[in-house]
Formats: sequence, structure tokens, C-alpha cells
Amino acid sequence: MVDHQTDNSFVLEARGVIKIFGQSRALDGVNFGLRRGEVHALLGENGAGKSTLIKILTGAYQPDGGEVLLDGEPVHFADPLHAQSHGIGTVYQEVNLLPNRSVAENLFLGRQPTRFGFVRKSLIEKNARELLSRYGLDIDVQAELGTYSVAVQQIVAIARAVELSGKVLVLDEPTASLDKLEVEKLFEVVTQLKERGMAIVFITHFLDQVFAISDRVTILRNGRLIGTEPLSGLTRTDVVRMMLGKDITFAPAVTGIEERAAGPALVEFTECGKAGKIHPFSLKIRRGEVVGVAGLLGSGRTEMARIMFGADQCDAGEIRIGDKPVALKSPVQAIAHGFGFCPEDRKVEGILGDLSVRENIVIALQGKLGWFKALNRDEQMEIAGKFAEDLDIRAASLDMPVKLLSGGNQQKVILARWLATDPNFLILDEPTRGIDVGAHAEIVRTINRLREEGLALLVISSELDEIVAYSSRIVVMRDREMVAELTGDNINPSVIVQAIAAQHETVSAEGASV
Amino acid sequence: MKLKKLSPLVNPQSIALVVVLLVNWALFPGFFNVTWQDGRLFGSLIDVLNRGVPVAILAIGMSAVIATKGVDLSVGAVMAISGAVAATLVTDGYPASVAVIAALAIGVLCGVWNGVLVAFLEIQPIIATLVLMVAGRGIAQLITAGSIVTFADPLLISIGTGSFAGLPMPVVIAIVLLFISVFVVRSSAVGLFIESVGVNRAAASLAGIRSGLLLVAVYGFSGFCAAISGLIVAGDIKGADANNAGLWLELDAILAVVIGGTSLLGGRFSIAMSVLGAIIIQAMNTGILVSGFPPEFNLVVKAGVIILIFTMQSPLATRLIEMRKTQRAVARKAS
Repeated sequence: MVDHQTDNSFVLEARGVIKIFGQSRALDGVNFGLRRGEVHALLGENGAGKSTLIKILTGAYQPDGGEVLLDGEPVHFADPLHAQSHGIGTVYQEVNLLPNRSVAENLFLGRQPTRFGFVRKSLIEKNARELLSRYGLDIDVQAELGTYSVAVQQIVAIARAVELSGKVLVLDEPTASLDKLEVEKLFEVVTQLKERGMAIVFITHFLDQVFAISDRVTILRNGRLIGTEPLSGLTRTDVVRMMLGKDITFAPAVTGIEERAAGPALVEFTECGKAGKIHPFSLKIRRGEVVGVAGLLGSGRTEMARIMFGADQCDAGEIRIGDKPVALKSPVQAIAHGFGFCPEDRKVEGILGDLSVRENIVIALQGKLGWFKALNRDEQMEIAGKFAEDLDIRAASLDMPVKLLSGGNQQKVILARWLATDPNFLILDEPTRGIDVGAHAEIVRTINRLREEGLALLVISSELDEIVAYSSRIVVMRDREMVAELTGDNINPSVIVQAIAAQHETVSAEGASV
Repeated sequence: MKLKKLSPLVNPQSIALVVVLLVNWALFPGFFNVTWQDGRLFGSLIDVLNRGVPVAILAIGMSAVIATKGVDLSVGAVMAISGAVAATLVTDGYPASVAVIAALAIGVLCGVWNGVLVAFLEIQPIIATLVLMVAGRGIAQLITAGSIVTFADPLLISIGTGSFAGLPMPVVIAIVLLFISVFVVRSSAVGLFIESVGVNRAAASLAGIRSGLLLVAVYGFSGFCAAISGLIVAGDIKGADANNAGLWLELDAILAVVIGGTSLLGGRFSIAMSVLGAIIIQAMNTGILVSGFPPEFNLVVKAGVIILIFTMQSPLATRLIEMRKTQRAVARKAS
């Protein structure tokens, strides 16, 4: 350990790297040095140049200026495979392995030990078990990789990358789709690798995680290096300020919401449940309030949201809007009542990737108008333009495919899609997940603005600091059940954590008694 | 400025059509000759259009289906069913109008069947429509009791061989159908909904699109188009041949759509370009016939031209063209 820390020579270094795309400089003379045995966080808003820098360091791009050094010697990586042969491995957010092959095959793909030309399956499996046990993972290596959680797949991907490369490991948003316990598991692995002397680059949007695990941080903004600092001397505010070049402040906890939201319920769910998905829950939502939903992934949060939007139907219970009982058999019906829903997985359920920003914004409104009352192009442009401006959607053109936008801007497009329908109840499932700090602040601002305009909102989020800042009430989900409804002074992160964590205590208590 | 105005017409498909026509002309100097006789136009060009109609009409329906990330393999068989229904009804003494309406209704019904399998049972389109591709020909043979049913009804025959305003009736029907469908798709929201469902059905449904209903309608429309093609082919030979009517035409229709630039992965589509694709295919067929080459060459030459078109549309070619543009822009700046 001590050796590594005193060893100041860089394993991998970028000096004055420049990368030009068309007219713009994606990287403008950036320096970056990576030491042995450190976790080095790389931060910046979307478009700051993080991915470009990583792609240059791993050989996916060639720099237009400056140089890359490996162990102090200039190198020129022709492609990622070349970089890998020099000890540099990368693990991406979306695991790039084969979900339909076994864990063992995935670990040894492309370098299977053979005898007489036949793959030695049992040897592979034995090696795979040994390898994974070093990462504290005891799983059936014969099972298909796809049957395991994303966290396990990530660890398998890391194990493979470390085996293949062994010097430098680049983790590109590895935690974006993991829940809290899975993140801890991943961090154990990362810490272990760090102690073995690996140099690790860690890219994430979660500041908490940066502080939890990183030794140093490099911050980029608009393709320029803002600075590289040891994290021990920095506060969260420092980091955010460096990233944004300005102070952002989350709105302080709003007071007086409860009085404003004391009116009758806009929508009321009574004992709504769906077997195997979610236990019956009851919830009233009023105009002018934000109901926050906290809970781990898989706690039933998304299932609740889908039932509220008619995407799934509850098999028991009653839904009332105003005084009238209603059936929500499809999103079409929910939308007719003025509901809107931003799903958790933007790419899979949210955006229409190949269609333009304009079409993505007007689609729900057009759906509401029906097949034959078509908005013409000018009307579409006007609507899309208005909401793009309101929400500060940064797109070169409203006619560009939405898939080319950054995650934060895509999220704003989906929010705009619903605001265009003039909704009275919005369901937002993880609206700020995996997006840059600027877009994050914009969405939080929008949530507050909509509440003040008298909308009812239900916001699901894993970010406790954020959810306590804008919620008038918080319901806590655990194990497919609504377990708590917090109001007033109880709206604070530690109470929420207690409510969520109660489960794990019970489980271990039961485990002990068995 | 002038070039820019023309640019929508300058695309791989139009270039390919012009090249094919010019090659035809070189091989057969009389290719562009069009004459007026007995109140209608005659000539190789008119032949290309007339013979291209069955596939062109199938391609109109197929464009919409493929845009939803689907495919309809049953259209050839539906053509056979439609012809069989119409022929059997007129030979049984029903008026031609009833026969035509019944044939079209059966075509829509076949399409709706496909649509229900795809939209609600969520069977992959290629498998769902394969069912009717195989069974459809059997159904057609059952309707005609295994023989070729010939008829002499003038109205039914005129659908395949008549003329209107100097143009062959099938061409007139195709043009009318093309205009109506382009108008409906682009002036209503249907086009946008089709593309949304094709790009991402889950997201489109959550945005409030009735994707199931839309899919049924789209497959129903494809069945409708197939029924029209079936009537034209039956009218042309004055009979319904359950074994051979529309045989393999589903593949030409898919090819026409793909040549027209619609991706098999769904999304953006253009009905007009698909029809252009159908005309390119027919221009090749006719060219080889009139130029006196043995017809065996037909399929090989066709494959060659298709490879050429796809190469021109490929991402690699697009990149190369972009690169040339950038280089030229840089050079211009430098000078």
C-alpha cells in the first residue's frame, strides 16, 4: 500500500491531448495522470469530454494533438484491443458480454483452454469458480450470464477485464443501474483491486460514490481540464462548483406545502394491489403536492407507478378521480384523465430514439388528439420549441434524432412530452437518474415549479437528499409493500433509511432464528 | 441553389432507375418509344409500369407493415385468395361488384388475422404471417376446388386489362391508391404513430398510442392492398390460379420496400419510395426480356443491381460521401 502511494510516476498519462470533431474541440489540451493503486474519479457534465478522454486512453479514438504515455513511454493505441494487450481494460454501464452464454464461457471467451481442438469445459468452469471466488462471488458458473443481476454481470465483466489487462481498469458509469447493496458489493471489489495495485478510473454521476471510494478526482468542463485534486481536501460543493463553474443550490425544504395541499384528493387509490407484483396500497394525491416515493430497486416502486398509470392493472381495489370511481385499463385512459408518466428506463420505455426531438415532444399530445386531428409541422414546431425553451433542452435542432441528445436532455424531452398534454397528475420514476448535474438541477426546479402551478406529482427517487427537498409527503416502499408514510419533520434522510433498512434487520433476525 | 431544389430527387433509388432505364435503352433502342393506339398508350415504358403494379401495390401496404418493425409474408397467398373469391363468385352468378367487395373484405380479414397474431398474441411477425402464407394458398385452392376458375365478366376483366385516360387500368388503380395512402399517412397522425410503434412499441404505448389497434389496422391495410393486387392479376389472366397467383411476390414487395430505403428495423418509411423500388425491379425484369437475353439472366442481373443499390445506401458509402464533402469544404476554406 505505502509503496503504491509514494510511487508518483503515472501508469497511464495523457499530456496536452486535443480532439477535434468537426468545428468543435471535444478536448482542448487536457492532462490526465493515473497512479498505480488509486481510484481516480473523472467528473464533468455531459459533453465535458469524459467519454472522449476515455476513448483516447483506451484506443477507441486517436488524439489530434498531444500524447498518451504508458509507464512514462509514449504509446499509440490503434484500437481498444491493442490497449487491452497493454494492460488497459474497460467496463461499461451496459455490460458488453454474452447474456446467453454461461458465466464461465464469458470469462474465458476468446482464450478458452483447449485440448485436441476441443474446449476444456470443466477446466474453464474450475478456473471461473476460482477467479470469481477472489471477488467474493460464489455463483453457478454454468448458468447463463443473463440470469444474474446487473451487479453480478458487472463483477464478471470486471473480472474478465482485469484478467485480460491487469494494469488499468476503466469503469464507465458502472453503478448507474445498481441498487445500494449492489453498489457496496461492487465497491468491495474495486477496493480489493486497488489494494492489488490496479489503477482505476471511475466515471459516475453520483457524487456520494465519488466521495465514498475515490482518492483523487479530475474534473473536465467543455473539453478543458478544470483540475486534478485529492478528494480529501474537497467538499461536495467544491466539486459541483468546479463541474458547473457556478454554485447550484437545491431549493431548501419548502414550508407551508401541507396547508396549500390540504384540499380534496385529485386521485385516490384504495387497496390497489396486483398479485406477485405489489401488495395492496392506499394513497391520496392532492393538487399542489409532491408525493415522494423512496425504496430500493425492486421494492415495488415502479410497479406502483405502472398501476397508477394504467400500464398494469390492479386485480383488487378502487381508483377514484375526484368523487368518481374510474377504471385505468390502459395508459390511453390514464392520459385522458390528465395523467403523465416518465418511466425509469428512458431508453427502453421513454424515448423514440430514431424520431426527432419535435416528434418525441408532441407524441403524447397527438396521441390524445387521436389519429385524424393531426398537428401540422408548424404547430409541432411551435409546441416543441416552447417546451424546449421552458425546460432548457439543448439540441442543435428540434429535427435531430432524440437518441443523439445527452441523457439529461432526453429526460427533459420526455418531461416536455407530458407537459405538452397539460396534465394534472405527473408520475416521475427516477427522473434524475444518470443525468448530468445541470440537467438534474433543471428537473428539480421544474418539479418545484409544477407543484406551485397546482399539479399533483408522484416522484420516485433513490436520491434521498433530493427527494426530501421537494416532497410534501414521502411514502416508503419495501418488499413490494408500502410500509410508511412520512410527513412533517419525519421527511429527512435518516428516517427514510430507517424505514427502508427495517426489512434487513427483520430478515437477519428471521435468518438467525431458523 | 438549383441543385438544392433538385436534391430530393437525387437519391440512390432515382439514380438506379435512370441507370436501369438507360441500360435497357442501350440494349433495346426502341425502349423509350411510346405509341398511341386504339385510345391508349403502348410501349415498353408503359409495360414496365403495368407489369410493376402488383408488386407496387403490395409494397404500399408492406411499407407500413415494415415501418412498424414487422413484415407480411402472407400477401402473395392473400392475392390468391382474393382472386379465387372473386372468380368463384362471378362464375356462381353474383354480380362483379359483389365479387370485388367480397374479395377486398376477405383481404382485409386476412390482414386483421395477421394483425391480431402480431399485436395481441405478440407472435413475431415473420412467423405470424408465415401461417397465412402457407395456409392461404391451401384456402385459395379449397375455394377454387383445385382447378383454375376462368370467368368472362367484363368488369372483373377490365380491372386487369382495361384502360382509363389512355393508361392501363392497373396503373390508374395503383396511382390512385398511392395518392390516397400517402395523403392519409402524412396528413393524419397515422404516419407518426406507425413510426413511433416501429421505433419503440413500449415507449409509444406508454405515450398513449393504441399500438395494438394500430398494428391490426396496418396489417389489415396490407391485406387490402394484397386483395387489390389479387384482383388485378386475376383480371389480367381472366381466371384465378390458386397455385401461381402472387407466388413469391411477397419477397419482391419486401425487396421493393427495402430498395426504397425503409429499414427492416422499423421507423422512418416512405410509401412513394417503395413504389419507386417496385418500378426499379420491374424495369430490370422488362429490360432483360425485351433485350433478348435469356430470362435465366434475369435473377442474376437483378441480384447484381440490388447489391449495387444497397452498397450506395450503406453506412460506409454515406461516410465516404460525408468525408468527401468535409474535405471539399476544408479545401474551399483553405483557398
